[in-house]
Amino acid sequence: MKVLFSLLAVIVLILVAIMGAYTTSLHYTFGIIIPYLALTLFVGGFIYRVVKWGRSPVPFRIPTTIGQQKSLPWIKQNKIENPTSTLGVIVRMALEILFFRSLFRNTKTELSQGPKGPILAYGSAKWLWLGSLFFHWSFLIILIRHLRYFLDPIPFSIQILESIDGILQIGLPAVYLTDAFFLIAVTYLFLRRIFIPQLKYISLAADFFPLFLIMSIASTGVLMRYFYKVDLVAVKQLAIGLATFQPVLPSGIGAMFFVHIFLVSSLFAYFPLSKLMHMGGIFMSPTRNMISNNRMVRHINPWNQEVKYHTYEQYEDEYRDKMKKAGIPVEKE
Amino acid sequence: MYKGGKIIASLIIFVGLLTIPFFYNMGKVNAGPEINLDTPAILALAPADQQCVESPEVMKANHMQLLNQWREAAVRDGQSVYINSQGKSFEISLQNTCLNCHSTEAEKASVTGGMSNPAFGSTQFCASCHDYNAVQPLCYTCHIGSKEAAK
Amino acid sequence: MAKVEKVKTPKPQELSQIDFKPPTTDWMDTPTVIKPGNFCWGGKEKDLLTLGLPNPRQWSPADEDWKLPEGWESTILEGMAERLAKYRSFKIFMDICVRCGACADKCHFYIATGDPKNMPVLRAELIRSVYKKYFTTSGKFLGKLAGARELNEDVLKEWWSYFFQCTECRRCSVFCPYGIDQAEVTIIGRELLNLVGLNIDWISGPAANCYMKGNHLGLEPHAITGNIETMCDDIEDITGIRVNPTFNRKGAEILFITPSGDLLGEPGIQTCMGYLMLFHELGLDYTWSTYASEGGNFGFFTSNDMAKRLNYKIYAEAKRLGVKWILGGECGHMWRVLSQYMDTWHGPADFLEVPKSPITGTVFENASSTKMIHISEFTADLIKHKKLNLDPSRNDHLKVTYHDSCNPSRGMGLLDEPREVIKAVCNNFYEMPESTIREKTFCCGSGSGLNASENMEQRMRGGFPRANAVKYVKEKHGVNMLANICAVDRAALPALMDYWNPGVGVTGVTELVANALVMKGEKERTTNLRFEDLPGKGGDE
Repeated sequence: MKVLFSLLAVIVLILVAIMGAYTTSLHYTFGIIIPYLALTLFVGGFIYRVVKWGRSPVPFRIPTTIGQQKSLPWIKQNKIENPTSTLGVIVRMALEILFFRSLFRNTKTELSQGPKGPILAYGSAKWLWLGSLFFHWSFLIILIRHLRYFLDPIPFSIQILESIDGILQIGLPAVYLTDAFFLIAVTYLFLRRIFIPQLKYISLAADFFPLFLIMSIASTGVLMRYFYKVDLVAVKQLAIGLATFQPVLPSGIGAMFFVHIFLVSSLFAYFPLSKLMHMGGIFMSPTRNMISNNRMVRHINPWNQEVKYHTYEQYEDEYRDKMKKAGIPVEKE
Repeated sequence: MYKGGKIIASLIIFVGLLTIPFFYNMGKVNAGPEINLDTPAILALAPADQQCVESPEVMKANHMQLLNQWREAAVRDGQSVYINSQGKSFEISLQNTCLNCHSTEAEKASVTGGMSNPAFGSTQFCASCHDYNAVQPLCYTCHIGSKEAAK
Repeated sequence: MAKVEKVKTPKPQELSQIDFKPPTTDWMDTPTVIKPGNFCWGGKEKDLLTLGLPNPRQWSPADEDWKLPEGWESTILEGMAERLAKYRSFKIFMDICVRCGACADKCHFYIATGDPKNMPVLRAELIRSVYKKYFTTSGKFLGKLAGARELNEDVLKEWWSYFFQCTECRRCSVFCPYGIDQAEVTIIGRELLNLVGLNIDWISGPAANCYMKGNHLGLEPHAITGNIETMCDDIEDITGIRVNPTFNRKGAEILFITPSGDLLGEPGIQTCMGYLMLFHELGLDYTWSTYASEGGNFGFFTSNDMAKRLNYKIYAEAKRLGVKWILGGECGHMWRVLSQYMDTWHGPADFLEVPKSPITGTVFENASSTKMIHISEFTADLIKHKKLNLDPSRNDHLKVTYHDSCNPSRGMGLLDEPREVIKAVCNNFYEMPESTIREKTFCCGSGSGLNASENMEQRMRGGFPRANAVKYVKEKHGVNMLANICAVDRAALPALMDYWNPGVGVTGVTELVANALVMKGEKERTTNLRFEDLPGKGGDE
């Protein structure tokens, strides 16, 4: 049901896109207005969400300590997973963001019944880590590669990236490694949500929708490169037109381009409304981005709540006799 | 905002990265490759013969496949004639067929010692479009460009 | 009120048959079952009155009617809004979960029940769904499709059931790619529940005791001194040495604070005897306090404010007595609170000095702001400097393994210090499997105030992964003693071991130290602190 709904939603988007692609009078809307709108929503929405997070304080320093604390000089501190310096936190965050450190720790718990009772075993489980890593890195490289449409002249670095990506020199035009990785990874991420019962159980429509949308974006991209070709010179002219705020709409671009760019626009517009904001959130997660120096440097809570205490004086008043009888010193005789 | 400085700085970096294309291209003219379809060689042809080997749409989308096919035919199979979809025959030759139209007289004159094809140094075909989109055909890995040959 | 029969806890064989197949109905449509043996009694009216908590009344979770206050919905929603504005953690954790499922089989309650709502991701989703409905655009318009749902009484009961099935152990947050910490979500969930008077007796009772009497057990001053006197008598019987602890003594160098669980019941009291013997042997200038007689903090399982109210006594008493620094005993969540909260609430403790061991001269720079150090840090330093005369062979009859308590490991990082201590006082030490110790340690199953007796089935389930890891070393190395540095562990693990691994005892680390400690002028010891014959020295052996 959730899967079906998400699929339908993406199909509707594709249909809308096809309608736009085959209606010449709508090309300006689909090629120029909608992309601008989507980018505005993306940037605006992203900033809005991050600022909204930022408006809530971090009242307590609550890093998850995932290694030995700094204590006695001869005990080796884990300076990355229990960092007491800014550098440690930077390394910790970089490992999380670039290499998904925590996901790398993933294990799989298995229960079996042995001759002497139940046995819980914790096996290695790196597939999710690997799949996510390939998915995100491929996505990033593909995005950067697309800069060749938006930059004129094209910087050498992007050309290098592209030639590495196409290093296999298979097919004409050459197959990009990232395209293959990306499609495989996104399919894996989808299939695990379908075939692992527990994961299927927790998955929402909001989990399938972006997967389908991203799949459709990748597919239309590949289709455009090999089967429904578009005029790349025209595409670039349109893109540069967008980037210089002098939009032009060259004729004869090819329908698949409009489908592709509409789906990309949908993703951009949807992004800030969704869980995809984990992209920004990961930077701000207090259990990871804080220095674990609680006992060394006081953390200030801006709203440090006033509360009522039961003071020693009240306590002594209640128990003075009993205290005296037990030989405990008191303030007032 | 709490720790607002860091957050705002990060957001500025993020938006800065996103808007690289806008700044990079600022003030530039949106100049695509200029491709003259009216070179003297083309104009010399009869109007009915002015179409390329295939229609412009097919050529735009599939010229790379066609060139691949021609290479196979000429180098491996020893064929020298290509018959297009309309039944018209063309000599399978980059130099004599493609570049006969797609180059200027000056470029033709610059060919030295049969080392290179004028196309590789041309401001028109092939480089102009390919440079525009940073598409690097594999031709150049064997065929040395004229500029380098000139050195 | 409905009378609930005392239920019999199923046999281990039965309990370990766990069905991991999710129900056929969507989780939002799967009703919550409040099952005897799996929940704790509701907070008592008198305790809520003592603490000034909302909606004090007699109620039972087993009843249909939970006697919620008028307008409870808006109380909860306003409470959520307030906490979203106060805690960035809460807001971000509500927003960025992608439901990747990495946390699912990391939770001891999920592993032991197979109930998907015990997966941390879904436990958070219980509250996230309500957040979406009332605080996000997508949830408002798309409703269930966006994973949003209305707040109603069933939802509230579900929260109560599952937020009191989470021990705030943070194990899930180790594995989460965004560091989403279910403990944080549970803490806030419990705060919200407390706004409408939904608590459990095993938390509000101790919290009320602690607030009024200074400790969870409700020991009045003379009872504290009395209990400790009894321990001193026992120490004298065993060692021939009379130790003379002082109470509420002004001008002492060190204030010693430990969970009150160490003052009553085995094996807590043996750990406490260990402290007494160690400090006596060192000639430490320290004092106990009957006012700040609790290291633990059950307020932490109620609300942030409540935790702050209980924690106040520690610095206040240190200031009143004029001590230089504070030494803390073996306790789990106590150390989470002391490391990550106390200084923010009640600091700066500028009336204290940076802790310096009077024996070794080591300055504990790692506590330069809180001015409070852990007994394991203190003891590990003593051992490193060879200040203790130890005879580890007295522990030779023990094959020891060590259980890291959740909070000191994942909310502090105290991992190697207790190990150094154990290795110095025991000749036979074996680690449990790597995935079950240190930062990946499993909860005892009874943390965060769930150590009651009416929820025994739940506790035995929650402790199953821990017990199973102990079983592994028991079978492999013959381990017969489970050491730990937590009063709740000492209270909870004996039952867990009896249930899953009969024959494995439970001990505090300092008890092991005291057994190995050769005190100046002691008589030949024939028994350990439990009055059990020492190997080769007992009369009967």
